[in-house]
Formats: sequence, structure tokens, C-alpha cells
Amino acid sequence: MSRKVLLIEDEPNIAEAIRFLLTREGWQVETHGDGADALQVIQGAQPDLVILDVMLPGKSGMDILRDLRALDDMKDLPVLMLTARGQSRDREMAENAGVSRFMTKPFSNAEVLTAVRDLHAQATQL
Amino acid sequence: MATLNVLILVCLGYVVLLFGVAFAADRMAVAGRGKWLRSPLIYTLSLSIYCTAWTFYGAVGNAARSGLEFVTIYLGPTLVMISWWWGLRKLVRVGRSQRVTSIADLLSSRYGKSNTLAVCVTILAVIGGTPYIALQLQSITLSFSIFAEADPSGLYREGSSVFWVAAGLAMFAILFGTRNLDANERHHGVVTAIAVESVVKLFALVAVGIFVVWGVAGGFGPMMERIDASEIGKWQVDAGRWTTFIFLSAAAFVCLPRMFQVMVVENDDEGHLRTAAWAFPLYLLLMSLFVVPIAVVGLDMLSEGSNPDLFVLTVPLSQGKDGLAMLSFIGGFSSATSMVIVTAMALSTMVSNHVVMPIWLNTHERVGSVPGDVRNIVLMARRISIAAIMALGYFYYSLSGGGAALASIGLVAFSGISQILPAMVGGLFWRGATRTGALAGLTVGFVLWIYTLLLPGMGAAWMPESVLLNGPFGIAWLRPQALFGIEGIDPMVHSVMWSISLNTVVFCVASLLSFPSPLERLQGAQFVNVFDHSVAPRGWTGSVAQSEDLMIMTQRILGTSPAQELFQREAELQGGRSPLPEPTPGFLARLERELSGSVGAATAHAMIGQIVGGASVSVEDLLAVADESAQLLEYSSQLEEKSAELSRTARQLRDANAKLTQISEQKDSFLSQVSHELRTPMTSIRAFSEIMRDTEGLSGEEQTRYAAIIHDEALRLTRLLDDLLDLSVLENGQVRLNLGDDTLRSVLDRSISSALAGTDQRLVVRRSKASERIPLQTDLDRLGQVFINLISNARKYCDADEPVLTISAHDVGGQLVVDFIDNGSGVPPDARSMIFEKFARVGGDKAGGAGLGLAICREIMHRLGGDITYLPGQGGAAFRVSLPLAYRQAAQ
Repeated sequence: MSRKVLLIEDEPNIAEAIRFLLTREGWQVETHGDGADALQVIQGAQPDLVILDVMLPGKSGMDILRDLRALDDMKDLPVLMLTARGQSRDREMAENAGVSRFMTKPFSNAEVLTAVRDLHAQATQL
Repeated sequence: MATLNVLILVCLGYVVLLFGVAFAADRMAVAGRGKWLRSPLIYTLSLSIYCTAWTFYGAVGNAARSGLEFVTIYLGPTLVMISWWWGLRKLVRVGRSQRVTSIADLLSSRYGKSNTLAVCVTILAVIGGTPYIALQLQSITLSFSIFAEADPSGLYREGSSVFWVAAGLAMFAILFGTRNLDANERHHGVVTAIAVESVVKLFALVAVGIFVVWGVAGGFGPMMERIDASEIGKWQVDAGRWTTFIFLSAAAFVCLPRMFQVMVVENDDEGHLRTAAWAFPLYLLLMSLFVVPIAVVGLDMLSEGSNPDLFVLTVPLSQGKDGLAMLSFIGGFSSATSMVIVTAMALSTMVSNHVVMPIWLNTHERVGSVPGDVRNIVLMARRISIAAIMALGYFYYSLSGGGAALASIGLVAFSGISQILPAMVGGLFWRGATRTGALAGLTVGFVLWIYTLLLPGMGAAWMPESVLLNGPFGIAWLRPQALFGIEGIDPMVHSVMWSISLNTVVFCVASLLSFPSPLERLQGAQFVNVFDHSVAPRGWTGSVAQSEDLMIMTQRILGTSPAQELFQREAELQGGRSPLPEPTPGFLARLERELSGSVGAATAHAMIGQIVGGASVSVEDLLAVADESAQLLEYSSQLEEKSAELSRTARQLRDANAKLTQISEQKDSFLSQVSHELRTPMTSIRAFSEIMRDTEGLSGEEQTRYAAIIHDEALRLTRLLDDLLDLSVLENGQVRLNLGDDTLRSVLDRSISSALAGTDQRLVVRRSKASERIPLQTDLDRLGQVFINLISNARKYCDADEPVLTISAHDVGGQLVVDFIDNGSGVPPDARSMIFEKFARVGGDKAGGAGLGLAICREIMHRLGGDITYLPGQGGAAFRVSLPLAYRQAAQ
């Protein structure tokens, strides 16, 4: 079974690094760099997991998450959120918005992989 | 036969008796006993001070000379007492509510507390009183001379006796009149002594009368026959003289300083006037009852040349009734002394209060702060005034030669003092009366009186015969006794007619023509409407209702429990018989002090005055209250100002706080931005370095690529840090400008080559080098930094297929303007306003800018005195750098 991850990140180098890591783990990685149409892309791609940056051009990751959770079929989609700002207020906001996991940049590659594995394991157990 | 020595002894004895009476009465008054001291009877008897030695001796003389005319002197006061009772009541009420000390004080108070007016009235009273004093001297001297004629020792000499009588009376008046220091308080002792004297003189005159009717004439019937037979019995009425004299005596009864003293100043209760209204005319009737019989018998029995003024003495003497003569002498002496005492008291109060004290206070401003000093000065001033007044009387007597009949001297004095009447009555009943009017009227009347009556009466030394006959400088219509050519009138009637009528006319006209001062208006209203403004005086003994009122008022001012404590303490001090203290003067004074601590002295005084009713509120009180209120208002406006200042300060603090909060928020957001900008390259660096470290079997191509990414991101980090540092320095104003001289052209040359170096991008730069030959004096490196940034932006962001940047320089309104316009799609309108802000980036471009470049450019241009703006409507992205030429020139 092919696992599919959608990576929404506007910073091309970071996107490339994560793609490299997850591809080697056996994930099918799709990337998207704009916030404005991110919701449609998620709905269209139907991923097993979403990695979402907070600071996106067009629409903030936080708003995308909120809108995503408002959709009926997206309530349980695992979302890993990445932020470069790393303030505790952002973490609270993200948790209130319904994030599954929250990570601050810069992250270690191992952390990302562990988080992705955990989230996917939880999602498939349910 | 009574010798002079015996006579002197009797006089001294009588004086001692009077002292005793006065002393005892004072003691009783202080001890609070002797209610009869304040009875209407005493008041009525004290009013009989009107009957002086003149009335005692002179009435008989007048009757002997002019028949029934003497009655006019009694008719005037009787008419006043009976028909003008309400006017007197008003006078007494005003006098008490304004706490006036004399008639001069009354007029001064009515006309706006004018001391000028008070001085005028004082002078008038002193000059008008002088003949009157002289009259008393004369009557005593004459009576002495009667006894001296019969005295075998022959020690009597008229000149010296007048002096000694004057000196003795002065001493007597000083001892009597200045015993009490305070003119505002009632002189119970003096008033009682005067009442005793009234009884003595009435008794003496009635005794002589009874002796004459029943002892000499042989009964009532024979007496009437004798009267019918004599000239006196003829009913001859000169209408002019009668009217004049009745008017004069009525006016004098109200205006005489001594009458004012006993009637108004010494009055305890205006209700006494009610009794006096019938009792005093009765007294006058008794006094006048035997005047005609004595005159008739005297004329019959005594030799042709004998002085009719002394019939009261000479008739009993001629019959060998020494005892009766002595009694009669005591009666005359009584009349003279009582008049002198009260007149001296009244006049000395006026002189010291309105003349001496103002002068003394003006010259000794600083010594006046010691109260004892002033008391002594007042006392001394009064004593000297009395002595001076007596001396004046003595001199008048000496100058006039003592020749004129007693009655005419008295009338001269009456008409002098009557000049006060228009101003006084006008002041009481006419609000339009003014100070100017009063002064003018008084002056006119006074001058006319002196000219037409006083000077002609004092003999040729003062008014030469030629002036009397032909007028001054031969001007006939100015003849003193025939003004304006009106001749053939009795000199007295003439003088009174002119002086009083012109006085009144001038008073009215001047009042109508002048405007009263505010204080005059207030006082005028207080006087004219005194019954609306004041409460009838009530006695305060044992009135618990007053205590209750005081309690209620005190509670309102001090608060309930302090007021109750105060009253309870006071009740215990008074013996604790009742729960509320009696409103004794001592308690009231303490209460006033207590209240004045809360509401101010004047207000406290006015409030207690209103409740106790001892005195109604005067204009001075009201003005003092107004002053206090003004102070309070001022204080409260100061408070208001302070509070406004405080709220201003608070607002400023709020503004400052808002600004600080805003700055703090800006700082937070800035730090958050910086964190983001730093973490982003670090994320890439960390991720790829871990990949390179942990991943085995990376291809050489991959390794090179990832290392390049790490390298680029590291450079990006460095750039970011450089920019941040640069911006921080610029924003803090710590940057130092290195001024240098060059042309715009060469700066642009260097900037273009620097911005395009090491890139393979094909940006075409178009310039018009001819227009760039502009000399600059500025920080060339910083200006170059701005140019490089703009050119780099064009290189990076111009999205045209064949990007072209056009650089042009102009002089626009004294400013050097350099425009950088590319042919791309430009900055979208909604982003233009924020492109110069920190971390502002347009679009999703990730070419490595942190969004600080334009912010730095703007800071630099501001430092250089210029600006950088976005130029809309140029097709592509267009930036305008402007630099003041003036700056350049000024720097040269």
C-alpha cells in the first residue's frame, strides 16, 4: 500500500530536504508552495498525511488547518505542522486548530521521520 | 441763708450720689440682676434728657418774655413721640441692626460707610453742640450768681466761676462718660443716673410750681385770675415763629447727638418706645405745667430788672424759702449735668471714632496690632474730646458775653443740629438718597446756619455790624438776616427757613443727579426696608427654643455627634439642669468660634445672629460672607484646575503607555520575524547536513548539490545578519556619514558594475549620461548602496522577457531626483504601501531576500536628507530617489 504525504512548504530547499527523507522511507511525496489554494490541493490529493508550514504566502498554515478541520472527511487526517517562529503561542493556536503534531524549525531529520511514522501508525490503527 | 460754700458742697454731694447710682446700676447690670434697669420707665425718663437747664430755667424766662411761645419747645417732641412713633421705631431698629454708635455713625453707615460724611456730621454736631454747652454753663453760672448776691463773703466772680463750672463739668463728664470703654455696650449706669436726674428736676420744678400756686398765689382759682390779668395769658400766636419752633424742637429731638444716644444707642427694646410714646409727652406736660404760673408770679413780685430766666430760683428766694431754692438749684444743676454728660459722651464717641481714630490709625498702622494700645488711645481720645468740647462751650460763652437769653441760645443749637434731618429722614425712607446728596445738603444747610444765625449771634467780633446791615461787601441780597432781599422776618425763622429748605432741595437734587456706590445701594436697602431684613430683637434669657435652633444648625455644620458633644459639654458646664445649654453670651461666643472653624467667621456670626436675633445681618456681615465664599470658590477652582491637570497628565501617561505597548508589540513582531528569517535557512542547512552525514551512498552529484544548498543558505544567513545590523545602526541614528565629493554619474557607474557583477543575467541599463553630470557632496558609499539595491531588485524581480532598467536624473523643485524604472509588471498597488517596511516581501519569491533591502534604503535616504518613494503609473517597478540640492549646496 502506497503511503502518500502532501508537503505544503514555500521554502524550496526545505521542501527538497523533506522530500528526500520521506521518499527514502517509502512515501510518495507531493509538494505545494502556496497557501491560497492549499485546501483544494489537499482535497484533490487525498494524502495519508499532510506536512504544513505555518508561514505561507497567500494564506497562513493556521487558517488552512482550521478550514481543513471544518470539512467532514478531513477531521482525522494527520497533520504535522512546521513553524519557524517557534513561540508557545503558535503551538497553542495550532493545537486549538486541531493539529496532530507540531514541530519547530530547525528540526532533526530523525524527529521528522519519527513523527511521520507515529502519525501514520496512529491513523492506520484507528 | 445758703452760702456759696454750702452750695458747692451740695453740688458735690449730689454728684457723688449720681456716681453711686451709676456704679450700683452698672454692678447690677453686670450681675444680671435688676430687670427694672431695662424697663420702659427708665427709658422714658432717660429721654427726658431733652429737658436741659434751658428748659428748666429758660422756659419760664421765655414765657415771661414771649408768652405761650415756650410751649412750642414741648410740642415738637410731643408731636414726634405721638404721631411719628413708627418713624422712631424704624430709626431704633436700623440703629440696632447696624450697631451704630452715634448719629454720625448712622449717616456714615447709610451712605456707604462714608467717613467724610461722618466727619461732617461730627463737626456739625460739635459746632451745633457748643452753644448748647455754653447754655448749660450760663445757666449754672447764673444760678450761682443769684446765690452769690446774697452771700456776704463776696468771693464770687463771674469770669472765674464760669471757668470752674466748665472744668468741673468736664471732669464730671470724663469720669462718667468714659468709665465704660466700649461705646457699643449700653451704659446702664449712666442711663440710670440720668433717669434719677430726670426725677430730681421734675420734682424740683413741680415743687416750685406748687409753692407758687398754693403758697404765693393762694390756690388754683386766684392763680388763674393772675394769669388772665398778665400779658402772658394773651393768646398771641405768631404762626411763623410757632411753626418754626415746633419744627425745630421736633427735628432736634430726633437729631441731637444726646437724644440719639439715649433713644437709639442705649435702647434695649424697641417695645419701650410704645410706653415712651405716651409717658414722655406726659413728662413734658408736667414739666410745662407750672411754667406760666411761675413766670406770672415772678413778673408780679420781682423788680423790673430781674432776669426772668431765673424766676425758678429767685421767686422762692424772695419768699425766704432757701430750702426750696436749693432744691430748685439742684433741679437746674441736674438738668445741666445730665445734658453735659450725655452730650459729651455722644460727641466724644463721634470725635474719637470718626476723627481721632482714623487719623491715629493712619499714622500708627503697626502699633494698632496690640489691642490694649487702641483701647487706651480710644479712652484718651474720648477724654480729650470731652475736654475740648467743654473748652469750646466755655469760649463760646465768653465770646457771646453770656448776654443772649437762654431760649435763643438753645434755638440756635437746635437749628444747627436740625441740618442733619433731611439726610437722616431721606436715608431712612428714600432709597435714592446718595452720599453726594447728603454731603451737599448738609454743607449748604450748615454754611447757611453759620452765616445767618450762629455768627450774627456771637457778636460784632465775628460778624461786623456793617455786614448785618448792608451785606458782605455791600451786597444787599446777601445780608445774613435778609437773604435774597426777603426782609421783615424774625431772624430765627429766616435762618431756619432758608437753611432747612435749601438743605432739603440740594439734598434731593444732588441725590437725583448722582449715582450711589454698590455699598450705598445695599445699605440704602437695609435702611429703608429694615423691617423686611431684620427680625424684631428678642431677649435670649431662658429661651430653649433658641438652643434647639442652634443645635439643629450646629449639627448641620459640624455633624451630629460633634455638635451633641459640644452642647452636652456646655450644658454640664452650666450646671446640667437641662439637656440643652442656655444660650448665654459666653456660650454663643464659644459656639461662634467653633462654627467659624468650619464655615468662616463672618458666616458663623451671621448664622448665630439670625437665630439669636440679637442683631440682624448687616451688609458688612454679608460682604464678609461673600468674601469667604469667593475664597472658597477660588479654592475650588484651584482644585478643579489641579484635577484637570491630573487628568491631562493621566491622559499623557495613557498615551505614552499606548505608544510603549505599540513599540513593544512592534518589537515582538520584529523579533518573531527575525526568528523566522533566521530559522528558515538554518532548517535547510541542518536538514541537508544531516542527510549528507547520515545517508550512505549519495551520488557525487547529489553531494555537490546539497553542499551548494548549505553554502547558499549560509550566505543568506550572513546577508541577513549584515542587513539587520545595518538597519539597527541606521535606525538608532548611530551611523556616521562619510561625506565625499563626486558626480552622480560616477556613483551610478560604480553601483551598476557592482550590482551586475558576477551574474549572468541580462539586465539592460539605459542611462542618459549627459544629465548625470551633477556634482554631489554626500555619503557616496551609502548612496551607492541604495542604487545597488535598486538595480539588484530590478535584476532579481523584473519579470519582463528582456528586462530593461531606465535610470534618469532630473532637477525637480530644487531637488535632485533619480528615477529607476524597469519594464516588468511592477509592484501591485496593494503592496506598494508596505514595500519599505521591514520583512516585507512581494510575492512568493524565495531568492534569498529577507525583505530588509528597501527598508534599509529608506533609512539611508532619510539620513542623507532625501527620500525614496515608489512611482506609480510608470509601467514597471519604478522607484524615485530624491536628494536635496540645497543639502548639497549647503554642504559645500
